[in-house]
Amino acid sequence: MNATALEKIQAAFPEAAVSIALDTAVVAVRPEKLIETLTRLKNERDFKFSLLLDVTAIDYLEYPAVQEARFAIVYTLRNWQKNLLVQVRTPVHDPDAGVPSVTALWDSANWGEREVYDQYGINFIGHPDLRRILNHWQFKGHPLRRDYNIRQGQICYETDSLEKEIKARLATKGVSQSMMEDINTEIMFLNLGPSHPVTHGAIRILTALDGETIVANVNEIGYLHRGFEKTAESLTYNQVIPLTDRLNYCSALMNNIAYVKAVESWLGVEITERTKFMRVVLSEFFRIQDHLVCIAANLVDMGGLTNYWYLYNEKEASYDLISRLTGARLTSSFTRIGGMYRDFYEGWEADMDHHIKNIEKGVSDSLKLIAKNRIVHDRTQGVCIMPKEKALSYGYTGPCLRASGVPFDLRKDAPYYNYESFDFEVPVGTTGDLYDRLMIRFEEIFQSIRIIRQAMKAIPEGPIFVDNHAVALPPKSQVYGKIEGLANHFKLIFEGVKTPPGEWYDSFEAANGELGFHFVSDGSGKPYKVKVRPPCFYIMGGFHEMVEGAMIADTVINLGSINIIGGELDR
Amino acid sequence: MALGFEASLGDSVVTTKLDAIVNWGRQYSLWPMVFGTACCAIEFMSAAASQHDISRWGAEVVRFSPRQADLMLVCGTVSYKQAPILKRIYEQMPEPKWVVAMGACASSGGIYDNYCTVQGIDTIIPVDVYISGCPPRPEAVLDALMKIQDQIKGESVLKDRHKDFKGILD
Ligand code: SF4
Repeated sequence: MNATALEKIQAAFPEAAVSIALDTAVVAVRPEKLIETLTRLKNERDFKFSLLLDVTAIDYLEYPAVQEARFAIVYTLRNWQKNLLVQVRTPVHDPDAGVPSVTALWDSANWGEREVYDQYGINFIGHPDLRRILNHWQFKGHPLRRDYNIRQGQICYETDSLEKEIKARLATKGVSQSMMEDINTEIMFLNLGPSHPVTHGAIRILTALDGETIVANVNEIGYLHRGFEKTAESLTYNQVIPLTDRLNYCSALMNNIAYVKAVESWLGVEITERTKFMRVVLSEFFRIQDHLVCIAANLVDMGGLTNYWYLYNEKEASYDLISRLTGARLTSSFTRIGGMYRDFYEGWEADMDHHIKNIEKGVSDSLKLIAKNRIVHDRTQGVCIMPKEKALSYGYTGPCLRASGVPFDLRKDAPYYNYESFDFEVPVGTTGDLYDRLMIRFEEIFQSIRIIRQAMKAIPEGPIFVDNHAVALPPKSQVYGKIEGLANHFKLIFEGVKTPPGEWYDSFEAANGELGFHFVSDGSGKPYKVKVRPPCFYIMGGFHEMVEGAMIADTVINLGSINIIGGELDR
Repeated sequence: MALGFEASLGDSVVTTKLDAIVNWGRQYSLWPMVFGTACCAIEFMSAAASQHDISRWGAEVVRFSPRQADLMLVCGTVSYKQAPILKRIYEQMPEPKWVVAMGACASSGGIYDNYCTVQGIDTIIPVDVYISGCPPRPEAVLDALMKIQDQIKGESVLKDRHKDFKGILD
């Protein structure tokens, strides 16, 4: 955030307290000013914060520093053209009374606020559909409140019928109950999921059909809610890393990197050059893996099994390198705060070279099968369109947003780890249809290969850990040889890396889009709160907009094209 | 799962020979229903893909309809929200059926000892084989398959399996 932008915000909101945390301007407002502030930030020419990235709440019940109210709500906004980030926060004195909803400003607020309601029990006045989203409907209480016992599981005996919701959605399309009872109109309800081959995991897509055309659609998620955020609160910062593997498990290492990057930024730790290059190489390699699985599965949904073998075999082969490097095939846990778990092994360059060559070949072969294939074109072009404005409003980021024609990529717009010095292009779509989403992923694979090749040439020798033993473990010679070293090691393992008290948001361009982490630290070695901003969650939030009006078969491939990964969606 | 009239024959030569032939057939034509929810399902994909090739054990006919399958593979974390669905699908599978819990989560809740995760699917449905690992390697899936085959070898068409099971949802 540059100084002039900060001044502008302060000048525009003189009564608000504006501060800065990393790259984010934090605007603290009174609850009654909340809507006005957010409206102006969205609409005024100087600001134009068109993306509502995330909504979250904080429960200060056990926080050491005294706060005005037990709860606070935080909205994270982004202006993608100018690379500005702002967080608007307000205290919530009475969670049952709550705060006004911002669903009229951004569509992404719909699911964002539902999650806050579910996890913290804060009401949103005027929300069109305020009900639980991650936990099941028979759940009592709000798990992310500090006084909710983490082990207190609650059994769900029955799935929600969603009848009310789908009827409400139908009504917005002009189909009412009386009309449905009319003998000439037959609306049929069809569930795809929660356990269905198209869902690639567990999501429930409830559709109301007229023939084969979808008139209305309501989706239910949360089947893979595993309590990431609550669990992380009782672990040290380094212990959270294995949990991050399991967010987007198709590109586990990227999550590891995104997470430690967020912690390091707050600590002010500047990692070594070699580590930066390692992280770039590995992120791009995992971006490729993620896209390979996504495209392969998507083409299977479309009926092209051959593509699956071309693409998946290359992914399978890449596991050789990954397991040689990290010791695991899928769940890598390869980063540490301040560095990497291990350096590259000897001869990795040859392996990497070999794999990316094969990937290039596999992807090119697969492209040959579909690039001029009439069936693929007919099934994807002009189908399930997500227009640009809607995509922004639903909080889309990553390949799905770029497919809709918004050239926003954090690697270009807010570069980290020397991304500005790499020569690569960001593919952008034109219409936001299925075809664009598919082809962008293909192109991104080639671009990532370009980046890897450049990074492999430029990677310097040197240490992979920072020389700062408040953060990184001391070398073993000191641990075994000196009492200070031993005490240092002991403290870091048991108490964790201590972060200064405060709150911050940091983001990373993951394979699916902007993966952000919002932390609250109380100064100890364990995070007081971690909120993940998962790209999938908001993409799924706009799913109905794409499929209403389309056919059932289109829904199937559309779900594949947006790459929904349960671990990240439901956390 | 007594097949019918042969049940009246009791434990005779006819039925033991019948056991051998039926079990032989069942062992090498297991049709899996993959209940894939999370990361472990990705490793199942690898077990099914060409390198590990599950078809060497005759189990490559992956069915997504429980009514056509006899081996349920639970790959991934099962949350309380998911539990009634798991149970429903299990019940939809015709007898005889076997269940494999793949990975730490399905076996015991894994690293998720918290408010939303079922602490092992054997609190909901009966499990025949557990696979350790987070995630298990594809080879481990194949190993579990062989264990199930071994188990089938010793079964009898005369005896019903798991009729007395009571889980948290029963
Ligand atoms: S056992 Fe591990 S890899 Fe498997 S679903 Fe659970 S967390 Fe994921």
